[in-house]
Amino acid sequence: MLKAVILIGGPQKGTRFRPLSLELPKPLFPVAGFPIIYHHIEACVKLPEVKEILLIGAYQPSEALNRFIATTQRELNINLRYLQEYTTLGTAGGLYHFRDQILAGKPSGFFVFNGDICCDFPMVDMWNFHQQVQTGDHFTMLAAEATRKQSLQYGCLAENEETHEVLHYVEKPQTFVSSSINCGVYIFTPEIFSHIGAVFLKNQADVFNGGDNINPVRDCIRLEQDILSPLAGAKKLYVFKTTRFWSQIKSAGSAIYANRLYLSLYNSTHPERLAHNNDNGPKIIGDVFIHPSARVDPSATLGPNVTIGAGVTVGPGVRVRESLVLEGATLQDHCCILHSIIGWNSSVGAWTRVEGTANDPNPNDKHAKIDSSTLFNEEGKLNPSITILGRNVVVPSEVIVLNSIVLPHKDLRYSIKNQILL
Amino acid sequence: MKALILVGGYGTRLRPLTLSAPKPLVEFCNKPMLLHQVEALAQVGVKEIVLAVSYRAEQLEKELKAHEKKLGIKITMSHEEEPLGTAGPLALAKGILSADNEPFFVLNSDISCEFPFQEMLDFHKNHGKEGTIVVTKVEEPSKYGVVVYDDTGRIERFVEKPSVFVSNKINAGMYIFSPAILDRIELRPTSIEKEVFPFMANSGQLYAMELSGFWMDVGQPKDFLTGMCMYLTNQKQRSPERLYNGQGVHGNVLVDPSAKIGKNCRIGPNVVIGPDVVVEDGVCIKRSTILRGTTIKSHSWIESSIIGWRCQIGQWVRMENVCVLGEDVIVKDELYINGGRILPHKSIGTSVTEPQIIM
Repeated sequence: MLKAVILIGGPQKGTRFRPLSLELPKPLFPVAGFPIIYHHIEACVKLPEVKEILLIGAYQPSEALNRFIATTQRELNINLRYLQEYTTLGTAGGLYHFRDQILAGKPSGFFVFNGDICCDFPMVDMWNFHQQVQTGDHFTMLAAEATRKQSLQYGCLAENEETHEVLHYVEKPQTFVSSSINCGVYIFTPEIFSHIGAVFLKNQADVFNGGDNINPVRDCIRLEQDILSPLAGAKKLYVFKTTRFWSQIKSAGSAIYANRLYLSLYNSTHPERLAHNNDNGPKIIGDVFIHPSARVDPSATLGPNVTIGAGVTVGPGVRVRESLVLEGATLQDHCCILHSIIGWNSSVGAWTRVEGTANDPNPNDKHAKIDSSTLFNEEGKLNPSITILGRNVVVPSEVIVLNSIVLPHKDLRYSIKNQILL
Repeated sequence: MKALILVGGYGTRLRPLTLSAPKPLVEFCNKPMLLHQVEALAQVGVKEIVLAVSYRAEQLEKELKAHEKKLGIKITMSHEEEPLGTAGPLALAKGILSADNEPFFVLNSDISCEFPFQEMLDFHKNHGKEGTIVVTKVEEPSKYGVVVYDDTGRIERFVEKPSVFVSNKINAGMYIFSPAILDRIELRPTSIEKEVFPFMANSGQLYAMELSGFWMDVGQPKDFLTGMCMYLTNQKQRSPERLYNGQGVHGNVLVDPSAKIGKNCRIGPNVVIGPDVVVEDGVCIKRSTILRGTTIKSHSWIESSIIGWRCQIGQWVRMENVCVLGEDVIVKDELYINGGRILPHKSIGTSVTEPQIIM
């Protein structure tokens, strides 16, 4: 029997995802019509050995989270629980703290996922690899290929090409180590807890012995630096490389990219989720998801790479391309939405243009990953990026919103370009 | 009676439109700029008009032949080998202008207003002196040269760009002169404002007549659009039946009968649509001029722009902030053009987010 653990972080994390994460935990943000971690859970369910999924994070229980858990349990018919950390425990600290719950029922192993990634998770292949690679206690991590330059932004690992053992692991190195990067998906056996436990006891002891405790929070244990790095080269840690799509979801721009990746995956996994052209409906170009409760005028043109959320109204002559329109939003006649995220219950007036700039990875390099650049460039100007309207933003008719971020509950009066509106 | 129209230079301020046609032939409110003046002159009995030109005379001449017949008026080109300024052309045309010993009109070719030619004639004959200048009130006189005159209209002096308030009346670019003035002007590059008027004013020979109603020099795009708005407002008062009254119209709009406008559009206020223009469904146009043969595809939004002849504007295009498109420009779907000046025959595939010239 197997379990899966998804690390969903807390309100102190995911700040680059603001303003979208101001009112909803980032892991619940919908891409391609479903919350980010719903896609993780759907993938887990494909492996029949997985009997329970645990979410570990530092969010206070909220209506959104509770509703998500109840709905997902019912829809996917899987045990799903949320375990709340009492303080930020780090990527390994939470696992250790809840080890009893994880080991309840005596699973032979468990998956661990970072909550803020999107991936065509190779669950079955990775589990098969893990079972074959070694007979004793061992752990497996999922890796992808990045460009030399971009690898520095991730955890890099060096691999023994024959045995697939991880020889060396370092998180965000300053000089090039390897172009193989950590995807944030692992398979652990219960033995992992003896490794984490050792670190835990040492950290606690350091507090009382006045030792050189680098960790600012004493209960915090980081999986990457504190557990994986020491395990590399000890014939315990193995790597499964994947060529399927994988991306981090750190900024709003990467949500658009993730939306596109998951929509394209639907072509093979859930073709019924994609909209098609018919005589009574809007014109559909490429991959488009339209929630069944949305009302879209037949004279609208949608796509490619568009998600229309629940209860959204799309008026006559509207054009939406490479964008996310969240639940309850209204797009009035003839407006044009490009490379943008329209927040929940927002409204865009007639003939208005809402436009952002795509931050996609270089399409000519198949290993290029999305860049999480800073908000401002060296001259202090706002870097052009996806335009975001927060919850309940009202944009009047006939204006343009270009490369801007608008915080929730704002009534715009006129056009804005390259601005953050508080 | 005779008239001289100072057509002059290359019309560079109205590029890219003037790269395809001479400025007098660019349509202002669906009629060549020159024709507004020529028709008004014909109405007060002017029989011969001299056009002082230094550029592209052949195309101009050919076009005007047709109008000559229709109006029963003779139009002659006075071709300046070198630019003669604002007074020199009068000397060049001296033969024609002094032929019948009657007062003659002189106009700047860029002026749009309710031409007060009859009023000018009466006023000029009444004071009997050498010259009458039409003046108009402006809000910011310091940008121009102002005219100072007494209650009878006799001009005392001119002040160039005054730093303190002197007067709010400026030279409106329309004059009526007695032939005697021609003795004051030599055949060389001469400025009438600097070298002729001051002397006439000193000897009490120059009078000012105040223009009532709108006035605008439409020689550059921003003013072209402002002048268009004023002209349309004036049309609303004078001949409202000329204005368009179809579906989706707001405010004052002029549409050529051969133009086609789609469903669910919003046209106006202050829009001029030329012959053979096609406006597809769901288009919003405000404060703009669309010249002959252009097509604007559905759901686009156009404000404060001049779109040249035979252009193709795609779907969901947004244009604003005094865009000027030359002849035969193609703008692809879903683009944003902000203050773009686009030269003829150009195809635009990416947005122009900041005002610039696209060659």
